[in-house]
Amino acid sequence: MTAPAKFVGRSVPRLEDRPLLLGQGRFAADISFPGQWCMRVLRSSVAHGKIKSIDATAALKLPGVHAVWTAQDVAHIPPIPFRLTGLKTLEPYRQPVLAKDIVRYVGEPVAVVFAQDQYAAEDAADLVEVGIEPLRATMLATEQPGVYEHGLTTEPGVVRKGYGDIEAAFRKAHAIVSLELSIGRHSGVPMETRGAVARYVEARDILEMHGASKVPHWNRDTLAQMFGRKRESVQLFEGHVGGGFGIRGELYPEDILVCAAALKFRKAIKWIEDRREHLIAANHSRQQTHKIRAAIDSDGRILAIDDEFFHDNGAYMRTHAATVPDLTAAMLPGPYVVPAYRAIGHIRLTNKTPCGTYRAPGRYESTFVRERLLDAIAAKISVDKVEIRRRNLIGKSAMPYTLGLETLGTHIVYDSGDYSRLLDKALAAADWKNLHQQLRARRANGEKVGAGVAMFVEKIGLGPFDTVRIEIIPDGTIEVITGVASIGQGVETVIAQICADALGVDYANIRVIHGQTDRIDKGMGAFASRVTVMCGEATRLAATQLRGKALRHASELMQLGVDKLDIVNGEIVRAGGLGPSMPLGELAGTLSAVLSAEDTFESAHMVYPYGVHIAVVCVDADTGAVKIERYAIAYDIGKAVNPKLVEGQIAGGLAQGVGGALLEEFLYDENGEPLSVTFADYLMPTAREIPAVSILVTEDAPSPLNPLGLKGAGEGGANPVGAAIASAIDDALGIPGAVTQLPISPQRLKAICRRI
Amino acid sequence: MKPAAFIRHVPRTLDEALKILAQVAPQDGRILAGGQSLVPIMAFRLAKPAHLVDINEVEGLDHVASDGQILSIGARVRHAAFHKSVLDNPLGKLLAYVARHIAHYPIRMRGTFCGSLAHADPSAEWCLVAATLDATMVAKSTRGSRPIAAKDFFEGIMSTALAEDELLAEVHLPLLPADAKFGFNEFSRRAGDFAMAAALVTYRLANGKIADARVGVGGAEPAPRRIAQAEAALNGQAPSDKIFRAAAEAAAKAIDPLEDHQTTGEYRRDLVRAVVRRALEHSHP
Repeated sequence: MTAPAKFVGRSVPRLEDRPLLLGQGRFAADISFPGQWCMRVLRSSVAHGKIKSIDATAALKLPGVHAVWTAQDVAHIPPIPFRLTGLKTLEPYRQPVLAKDIVRYVGEPVAVVFAQDQYAAEDAADLVEVGIEPLRATMLATEQPGVYEHGLTTEPGVVRKGYGDIEAAFRKAHAIVSLELSIGRHSGVPMETRGAVARYVEARDILEMHGASKVPHWNRDTLAQMFGRKRESVQLFEGHVGGGFGIRGELYPEDILVCAAALKFRKAIKWIEDRREHLIAANHSRQQTHKIRAAIDSDGRILAIDDEFFHDNGAYMRTHAATVPDLTAAMLPGPYVVPAYRAIGHIRLTNKTPCGTYRAPGRYESTFVRERLLDAIAAKISVDKVEIRRRNLIGKSAMPYTLGLETLGTHIVYDSGDYSRLLDKALAAADWKNLHQQLRARRANGEKVGAGVAMFVEKIGLGPFDTVRIEIIPDGTIEVITGVASIGQGVETVIAQICADALGVDYANIRVIHGQTDRIDKGMGAFASRVTVMCGEATRLAATQLRGKALRHASELMQLGVDKLDIVNGEIVRAGGLGPSMPLGELAGTLSAVLSAEDTFESAHMVYPYGVHIAVVCVDADTGAVKIERYAIAYDIGKAVNPKLVEGQIAGGLAQGVGGALLEEFLYDENGEPLSVTFADYLMPTAREIPAVSILVTEDAPSPLNPLGLKGAGEGGANPVGAAIASAIDDALGIPGAVTQLPISPQRLKAICRRI
Repeated sequence: MKPAAFIRHVPRTLDEALKILAQVAPQDGRILAGGQSLVPIMAFRLAKPAHLVDINEVEGLDHVASDGQILSIGARVRHAAFHKSVLDNPLGKLLAYVARHIAHYPIRMRGTFCGSLAHADPSAEWCLVAATLDATMVAKSTRGSRPIAAKDFFEGIMSTALAEDELLAEVHLPLLPADAKFGFNEFSRRAGDFAMAAALVTYRLANGKIADARVGVGGAEPAPRRIAQAEAALNGQAPSDKIFRAAAEAAAKAIDPLEDHQTTGEYRRDLVRAVVRRALEHSHP
């Protein structure tokens, strides 16, 4: 029998908070080893150029400076391989660990200094003389591809997806709606910058890297491969992580360099990124320009969508390879019936910081484009923007819905969903009818206020697997060992909740181990909102298996049939509760072998939660400023393991979505000089810019792909924010289609207001 | 983000501070007061002063005192000192109102009034106050003491009339007439950011007509200053929406706007128009 759910579905307090609240967290910079050297990266100050000379003579003379490396010192190390969506044709565009002859963006590592401390390292880096002959910088992904190097152009690849007869649909269309839209370059900016501390443990012949996050096992395997070592002789350790958002925890040149130096010098090597470095060296994301058109019938029903887009990937193809443009093309159709579809995504390289994934990668972009298109269709045939969505939504009866597209090696099949029901709930929660009357009255009084709506489908839980081992320790602790990672999202709590219910113990007695490659042989890490879905189900399987095992052992000791026993609050009791009982820890202590179970959850398909965002904004037509007055989110998650944490994920995602919609932008001048290199120039939203948000989490469409019905929470808060705010601004100004570019800076919005 | 090496001097008296400053000034020696601008610049290694003369222990620089005509503000007085009105005069309320717009609370606890003026960021609120109210800066060095009028003090972006061996020891702000009104408005991308344009206005009403109008604009040009054309549009007129708009328009026209990668001159004028009008519309009391 299965114990009733006592913890799943409840907003129990987080297990991981105690050390964090006591200031006892161990982040990358908190890790030090005796005799360690500090590494400082010398970065290109030129966006595109030929390296003519690097002279470290003066630097090496400084007291406390141990070594300076340039490309020739790391010539034996291959470029960093792709982790996802890696196509063979993209390989020549991978980033070298140190620039060899050519620099391709401001911030590219050209040399590294190793010194006794950070001060000496920075002093020395100032003295290294780098001669670079500038070349013309390519700054626009939309211009004709140029030469990357002999035989290669600045278009490493083109993503093509589609189905149906596009040409026929456009021929028979009642009308065609065309738009050109752009999303600005921005990215995840975690509170903790990147950091890596490597050391070589001579006694055991092990290379260790501390400060790992997101995908420690993949990074372990890759580092082993790059250095030609056995994978068991490379171990990664995840400490506390101050935010991930997709960009943190990928393998970057700096990770390789600390490991290479630890092996070479047999010293612990520590590198902690500073904020300026972070803003020019860690992955950027999002920058795309779309030329999209829709064929519609006279009711505004979509007959076909045809999109051509230009994805600015910066200077190199990093670990994510084509992931972002691939997801952009694959997820663009969203929750609507699109009978024929074509997307052509040009991956273009420019002389800017290379790009990777950022929370809701490809979806923040494609949702903005699709929802702008829906608003434009509504305007074209003069129907309400809610009505146009209703007319085009995929119906509940069509589920599961095969989209006819593939991404990340899997067919897209929307597993479950009742999109129109969630739209109804969202509109009711926002009191949409009254809201519109109020806004109309205020507009009549001269205020520029408006409301916007955006819908989206998310994708969650990319497999292919996760493995969990659970052990019962004789002291009564339950240890869950996983190969996932925690980037601060509450992994320990959520996994403990699922384990607690399946096993019959208190969640607070469960210790969840993650991100330690020496504790479990394989793991997939934390990305794509996958942890609760994949690791959660693996945990449930392992805990169920362990429960059976414990009951079988107990049945021998207690001379009772398994069906007469139960596990309640960590004690084996007679079903019904009478008679003697035995704590699980005590049972474990009586056994010669460890009382444990291991299980794996495999899934070839992703799950697809969905949501609705509603924004109410007020535009200051004199200055171009936007104030978000209200914000409402409805999100169907299938099953919320811990509703409070789900709300936290959504609220945090919203803040980042608002950043990309209104504030955050990596700007460059025409020569490729980055202009957003401090927090005074790269504008993160603060508490003052983020509105109070009402969040409605629903469980109307549990996933049929796992028994708990889990979907995921990580990205639905960010996904449609640009789209919803743009829609609201159009409404406030009374100009459909006014917003065509994110972020909507006051300068850009004032320029739109001037046209009124 | 570690600064280059420097020597920190910690004098206890003004004389000692000035002597050290005279010695170290030729080696880019700088005064360290609140450090809210200087220290980040050093962390970025945009400045590498070999010496810092830390005045935080110097006695006699922490006064905020009025003689009935002038408010004197010493070099160690923090922004936060003005969170509440420091004197029974509209000037006290003006300073309290403006202070709330300076950066964020932790910065206001450390940064100093005089340090802000010596740093001379064109967007700084206190620089706008000094320019609009015609403050007098008291510069001291081993060579003596000299007053510098605000209109001569601000020379450009982060550039002042202070010599390298001079300490801005004190600022004198004239008190406002008891019946003075003031208004302040600024525009920035986020709460607490550097203003992209700011306006401070003061005036009195004499028989229902505006008199002694001062209109200062900051953040829009290399240095804040009074805009005579806007003041002329106000003086002698009864306050009205039309007059306020005319003054705002005059200010927008009169400035020579700063431009940057994102901000055109036209947009900067739009902002000046908005902040001047709003400062006038929302005057206190």
